[in-house]
Amino acid sequence: MRSIISHALMGVVFIAAPAVAAAPPAIVTQGKGAALACASCHGADGAGNAQAGFPVLAQLPPAHFAKQIADFKAGTRTHPIMTPIAMAMSAEDTESSARHYASQPRPKTDAATVDPAVIARGRNLAVNGAWDRDVPPCFKCHAVDGLGVAPAFPPIAGQHAAYTVSQLQAWKTGARTNDPQKLMKTVAEKLSADEIRSVAEYLATLGNPGEGK
Amino acid sequence: MNRSLGYVLCALALGGIVGGCDKQPPEPKATEAVAAKPGRGEQTGFAGAPPDGVDSAKRPAAFTPPAESEIPQNEYGETVLLGKNIFVNTQQYAKAYVGNGMNCANCHLDNGRKADSAPLWAAYVLYPAYRQKTGQVDTIQSRIQGCFLYSMNGKAPALDSKEMTALVTYHYWLAKGAPTGVKLPGQGYVKVAKPALTPDLARGSKVYESNCAICHGANGEGIKARGEYAFPPLWGRDSFNWGAGMHRIDTAAGFIQANMPYGLGGTLSDQEAWDVALFMNSHERPQDPRLKGSIAQTRDKHHDENCLYGRTPEELAASIARKAEAGGDAAAGQAKPAPEQLEGLSPAISH
Repeated sequence: MRSIISHALMGVVFIAAPAVAAAPPAIVTQGKGAALACASCHGADGAGNAQAGFPVLAQLPPAHFAKQIADFKAGTRTHPIMTPIAMAMSAEDTESSARHYASQPRPKTDAATVDPAVIARGRNLAVNGAWDRDVPPCFKCHAVDGLGVAPAFPPIAGQHAAYTVSQLQAWKTGARTNDPQKLMKTVAEKLSADEIRSVAEYLATLGNPGEGK
Repeated sequence: MNRSLGYVLCALALGGIVGGCDKQPPEPKATEAVAAKPGRGEQTGFAGAPPDGVDSAKRPAAFTPPAESEIPQNEYGETVLLGKNIFVNTQQYAKAYVGNGMNCANCHLDNGRKADSAPLWAAYVLYPAYRQKTGQVDTIQSRIQGCFLYSMNGKAPALDSKEMTALVTYHYWLAKGAPTGVKLPGQGYVKVAKPALTPDLARGSKVYESNCAICHGANGEGIKARGEYAFPPLWGRDSFNWGAGMHRIDTAAGFIQANMPYGLGGTLSDQEAWDVALFMNSHERPQDPRLKGSIAQTRDKHHDENCLYGRTPEELAASIARKAEAGGDAAAGQAKPAPEQLEGLSPAISH
């Protein structure tokens, strides 16, 4: 029910939400063999963990979710914890967990404790970019509300800052390379460490008003 | 008279290109120099030489429009801001005048600020100007009306409408401090040299699939998020119509090469830019509102060899080859029309 209201608030028609919200699949809640339960790090609701930098998974487009698992399996994306988990996930596990997390509302964001000047700098990058350096605004591809454009562009609004920072740095250094057409690499490598932090902190403040956890 | 001269110049330009062209150096200055060459100049604005007294060797320095934070907090600033909002979200702020899924900022990146993306500050200072497309001296207002008729496939806002006032005010504000009547570096779109191979649909389709489809969809339909276009449709009923400048293959190649994909401007080769521009503009889109009589008549009156209106790609290729052959002798000598030949056209701007 909570899920239905949330989706209505966001103007999203999501017919499958009630049925899926009722019962998370076993891969999410219990795991399977070497595949730890998704929920142990990401929460059953996909809210992740701000301190640990575990990403929000709620409302990831299923195709994007599945691509990440496939990339972990193939080694084109690597992570010490996620790689072995992905290796142990079956196609069905991927499909059911992707569908489950796509149906979860974006979590309420943490209260901002960051310097407003940092947030303002981050907002400027997200909204206006820095075209003089060929840096497009985040929202040009991830939608004006930062909630993503399925299937290829995931939501970034409300993502934990530590995770966004780690990924932008990974693209910048070449540690992560599974972005289509190098679209993220080309942006991240033009950003300073300060800009990466600013934009990540700003995005983390964008939440789903009226919906908490 | 002007029109026939335009065709001749166009043939010369094509002939020159067929004569041999290597990939242009990526430096903006080199591109600029090419853009300033006498030619039909449909996309970059000037049909020929820069306006009186402007020597291309003494080109003005790059212009930087004021920062958005400098919009004054008063009634004037409110109108600037409304103009910006209309420009960025035309769907919402000028809904009554829009007949497709486009926003002005789709083709004028960075909210009309980006060089080589037909920036507003560069356009503003070139009007009023005579344009081949309309056969008259257009003001910036009538030029903007053209955008609504063609690129937005809609209706022209009245000259004294709130929307027109706001849009012109936004243009004017962005051009603060720019010299009037001067073609500034970054004006219009870059002119991409005609590539070695005749533009080809099959190659263009592959370029599209590898570079464009992720945002614009496998069928050019754009992608919506929460009911609104997050990426604009490139063809089909919600895209620009057959009268818009972007339906021209040369114009589209210039926009695409300098600006697409986001953050990766300048990465497509001349060949790829032309191939994909041909591919994009080989699809169905809303009718040219200037349609009068048959498509063939409308084509002959309004459409030159740089588009597929009323032509198959094969007919286009054959037509270009014929023109190149006919103009071959003159082009072989790198014929550069004498300045006096261009006077009647300059500064002629077409959509």
